[in-house]
Amino acid sequence: MRSISQFSARLLIFVCLFVAGQTAHAGEKITIAAAADLKFALDEIVVLFNKTHPADQVETIYGSSGKFHTQIRQGAPFDLYFSADIAYPRALKEEGSAGSEVQPYAVGRIVLWSPSRDAGRMTLADLADPAIRKIAIANPKHAPYGKRAEEALKAAGVWEKVEAKLVYGENVAQAAQFVQTGNAQAGIIALSLALSPELAKQGGYMLISDKLHQPLEQGFIVTKRAATNPLAQAFASFMAGQEARAIMTRYGFVLPGEVK
Amino acid sequence: MESAFSSADLSAIWLTFKLAAVVTVILLLVGTPIAWWLARTRSWWKGPVGAVVALPIVLPPTVIGFYLLVAMGPSGPLGQLTQSLGIGLLPFTFAGLVIASVFYSLPFVVQPLQNAFEAIPERALETAATLRASARDTFFSVVLPLAKPGFLTASVLGFAHTVGEFGVVLMIGGNIPDKTRVVSVQIYDHVEAMEYASAHWLSAGMVVFAFVALLALYTLNPTGRRRS
Repeated sequence: MRSISQFSARLLIFVCLFVAGQTAHAGEKITIAAAADLKFALDEIVVLFNKTHPADQVETIYGSSGKFHTQIRQGAPFDLYFSADIAYPRALKEEGSAGSEVQPYAVGRIVLWSPSRDAGRMTLADLADPAIRKIAIANPKHAPYGKRAEEALKAAGVWEKVEAKLVYGENVAQAAQFVQTGNAQAGIIALSLALSPELAKQGGYMLISDKLHQPLEQGFIVTKRAATNPLAQAFASFMAGQEARAIMTRYGFVLPGEVK
Repeated sequence: MESAFSSADLSAIWLTFKLAAVVTVILLLVGTPIAWWLARTRSWWKGPVGAVVALPIVLPPTVIGFYLLVAMGPSGPLGQLTQSLGIGLLPFTFAGLVIASVFYSLPFVVQPLQNAFEAIPERALETAATLRASARDTFFSVVLPLAKPGFLTASVLGFAHTVGEFGVVLMIGGNIPDKTRVVSVQIYDHVEAMEYASAHWLSAGMVVFAFVALLALYTLNPTGRRRS
């Protein structure tokens, strides 16, 4: 019995310390909702940002841009919103849900990616090959990368041949994961994901010409709830800085004000 | 009214009911022997097997979805089996969803059946045996009538729970029209695309369906009146 009460006492002390530690945290905390294609690039940027703001916390949540748009309209507790389609933050700005101007931060590119075959030598027409039974793209209904993938397949004249083989990820990262697990033999995903350490070691990619689809112009806003939050503003300006831009470039994004 | 459900919605509704019907039939066939064994055995294995059957109640659908995706993939054990049988890979197919749903809804069929079987008095089975009834006779003339409420509960819960499945389908379905795009996924897509009116129609339909299913269950099968 004694050991049990000792254990409870220790547990109680631990819980108290934990709670105290939480409340004693002096810094600010912001939450960023970001398009799934930013997963690896933004994670690196946040690590750099944390070095200059060691007391503060930056939390990132990745998903489809359309979903976050809906959630922010319904008052979701996000302080910054990075969308793979600049139209979403623009719509929020018009409705008065934004706390800043809409900042273009990158233009995304789509690639054909496959770990099981040499995608670097493939063309979109090769997707009609019967050996490719499933092709993963993001859901064109609400994921910007899915919309562009559909446009590119149509512009390349292969849509009719591949439509029956398409499987739709909830966002572009899930589309990549369908291919990575081998359940789909090829996929059209974000260049930024194909360049990520995890996927880069698994296979080649073929850059899809940006003449085949509308540009993937991406933009972010500080949301209305964070309009006066200094940490959110600091992160927004950090995105325009040299360090952040270098990381974005490394992940294949074309940056605003840069000539391709 | 004519715009309440699009043709994509209607095909999602049809697909959902087809999936739930197939899964319920399979679960009644598979679940009955498992439930009978669990109800009658004195084996040490009763606990572990019962726990495994109940796992989907407590596991997040993402766990089931993740493991099924990997297991049914080209390097997973199920995937290698289906490929060597010439069926190909199961993710993103209707058959794949059926298998996933059988796992996912198993406890909702086995547990009501097990309870019903446990409530059958040993004496009824002994009497049948003294009358030299075969095992088959005993099952159809003694067990089945006595366990009828259990079968009703199992069917309704198995069907309704499969209709209500979302996370597992999202992870292994691939959202293909007429194959894996069930109502719950269709609602999710409507909401993401901000088509709230369409989302409302389908969601309200689901609420009505769930209510009617449970109401039918409680009216036809009042637990208080069951005698054992």
